[in-house]
Amino acid sequence: MRQSLKDREHLLRMLALLVAAIAVFLFVRSIAVPKDYGRFGPFRASALDDIAAMPVVFAGHSACEECHSDVVEARQGSKHTQIHCEICHGPAAAHAADPTASKPARPDGRELCLNCHVINVARPADFPQINPREHGDEGPCTACHPHHHPEP
Amino acid sequence: MEPLLHGVQGFIYPNEIELQWSILIVLYPFITGLVAGAFILASLERVFNVRAVKPTYRLALLTALAFLLIAPLPLQLHLGHPERSLEMFLTPHTTSAMAMFGFMYLWYLLIVLVLEIWLDFRRDIVMMAREKTGAARLFYRVLALGSDNISAESLKLDDKLGRFLTFIGIPSAFLLHGYVGFIFGSIKANPWWSTPLMPIVFLFSAMVSGIALVMLMYMLTSWFRNRPPDMDCLDTIGRYLLYAFIIDFGLEMVDLLHRIYESDESFRTLDFMVRTHLYTSHILIQIILGTILPIGLLAVVQLVQLQESARRTLYAIAGSLTLIGIFAMRWNVVIGGQLFSKSFLGYTTYKMGFATREGVLPALVLMALPFVILWILVKILPPWREE
Ligand code: HEC
Ligand code: HEC
Ligand code: HEC
Ligand code: HEC
Repeated sequence: MRQSLKDREHLLRMLALLVAAIAVFLFVRSIAVPKDYGRFGPFRASALDDIAAMPVVFAGHSACEECHSDVVEARQGSKHTQIHCEICHGPAAAHAADPTASKPARPDGRELCLNCHVINVARPADFPQINPREHGDEGPCTACHPHHHPEP
Repeated sequence: MEPLLHGVQGFIYPNEIELQWSILIVLYPFITGLVAGAFILASLERVFNVRAVKPTYRLALLTALAFLLIAPLPLQLHLGHPERSLEMFLTPHTTSAMAMFGFMYLWYLLIVLVLEIWLDFRRDIVMMAREKTGAARLFYRVLALGSDNISAESLKLDDKLGRFLTFIGIPSAFLLHGYVGFIFGSIKANPWWSTPLMPIVFLFSAMVSGIALVMLMYMLTSWFRNRPPDMDCLDTIGRYLLYAFIIDFGLEMVDLLHRIYESDESFRTLDFMVRTHLYTSHILIQIILGTILPIGLLAVVQLVQLQESARRTLYAIAGSLTLIGIFAMRWNVVIGGQLFSKSFLGYTTYKMGFATREGVLPALVLMALPFVILWILVKILPPWREE
């Protein structure tokens, strides 16, 4: 009996090592996993509060239209009316709250347009696309297409 | 994006233009396949008592370990943020095969491979701890967990436990590589991948590549050590390679015939792809150069009486071609599955970088690393007993 225990000793040491590794793992896990993990699903429940506390950066087009009736008028009848102001001008909630404090970007009248209109096989064939090397003399698109009503 | 568009043909969705799964994702199944194959060859000796392959038993285990240690690196490099991979263990998600793989990997690495190698080498470790001096002695003492007992009784226990581990190791090796095939086979949106045969095909190709690798490593190490390789052993491995290869090729052909006969809505697209974009890597390299030719060479050895040196040369050529062929198979699965649009109306091309994070250079370094690790492992634990 004594002898057989001695012959098993190295195996018991290996077993102890494994058990210790598992214990360390469980210990690290108990510290590293946030307490509220999994309350609503496989994520940290308080992440929802963190996200809700983030400042709102978009104001929405109806906010812009209250003050910029001239732009609304200019856009009338354009196919671009379906594109809201902040898609081109970037998030502007701060500006809508206090117009003098911050000003939205004035986007580049060539780069901006090419984002959506450069020819690309991945776009539906009936979407208006142009090849920038052949169309418009390399100049700003807004030279010929009024920026709020691009149709000629 | 614009330069990529020149490689596009027909209609393709925006997210299909650039291939997301790069050469690193090709390496990953290739490497895990080598691990599983090498382990299965090693277990032949242990479980099925194939005495002839005994000279390769320990080398095969060390090879499997060297490659398994590198296996997650291509994924880490591909995904970036290696520190996040720990989350997979901390907050496991049981509904995702990929998320559970971490546990599978740890189990296979620690319980199956490391423990089995430890049990098998324990006598050598203790002997080394007795013979060496200084730091080396301390190192081996730690490896032996401070035990100095190599009585016949304790070694018998080790052998029994080792046999048991091999026993559960075989299904683990099957799981390890079957899982990789499962990941591809279960993507139902991709007709090139989505087939229940995928895990089985991956498994057999894994065995083929692992056996070929161990055969080559055995010949190479014998040559380095200036010893003639044991021809009986090589012949046996060559035979197993042939059998596994025939099954593997058979399964792939069944899959192919089934696709041709079924001719579902994706067939014309895939057929065109295989005839054009994948012609070189699929038809020429994978099937002709990497499958039919090595099967032919291995069959010649079985059918014709050849000199030892001729057999050795044939084994070396067949083994190398096999590895090329299985690599091409992984390539064709991973890259091929992303070359066609899921609309079945267009194709894109794979532009591989060189010294980029997922380029050829890191792939080459990753492929060389296991050999460096193996070299170190062999220095620490010589798999052959010096006579
Ligand atoms: C409360 C009224 C008000 C609202 C709401 C408002 N703006 Fe303005 N906006 C102004 C005024 C006033 C100016 C002129 C400020 C100046 O020139 O100093 C201006 C100027 C601008 C300019 C030109 C900036 C420049 O560099 O000249 C842009 C672009 C603009 N607004 C976009 C928007 C967008 C987009 C929204 C909706 C998110 C919006 N505005 C909402 C009042 C408003
Ligand atoms: C298709 C993109 C696009 C959309 C959508 C758009 N704009 Fe503009 N906007 C521009 C461009 C381009 C300029 C010109 C910038 C320049 O030339 O400096 C501009 C200029 C302006 C200016 C400066 C005065 C002017 O008229 O030149 C204001 C104010 C403005 N936009 C408000 C708005 C508001 C409000 C909306 C939503 C009702 C809106 N924009 C929608 C592209 C757009
Ligand atoms: C956010 C994407 C977007 C941006 C940016 C954009 N457009 Fe458009 N554009 C559209 C959409 C959507 C339509 C409507 C297409 C339709 O209904 O077929 C359109 C229509 C047009 C048309 C009318 C085409 C026709 O068939 O009549 C012209 C011209 C045009 N845009 C020019 C421009 C110019 C110039 C700019 C830069 C100031 C620009 N677009 C920026 C999305 C965009
Ligand atoms: C030299 C003047 C000029 C410039 C600069 C110019 N365009 Fe045009 N564009 C036109 C005219 C004129 C038409 C209408 C006739 C046509 O279809 O060719 C037009 C038509 C379009 C159309 C509609 C095409 C269709 O298929 O319905 C789009 C989209 C367009 N332009 C985008 C752009 C963009 C984006 C730029 C900037 C890179 C730009 N244009 C620069 C003159 C110009």
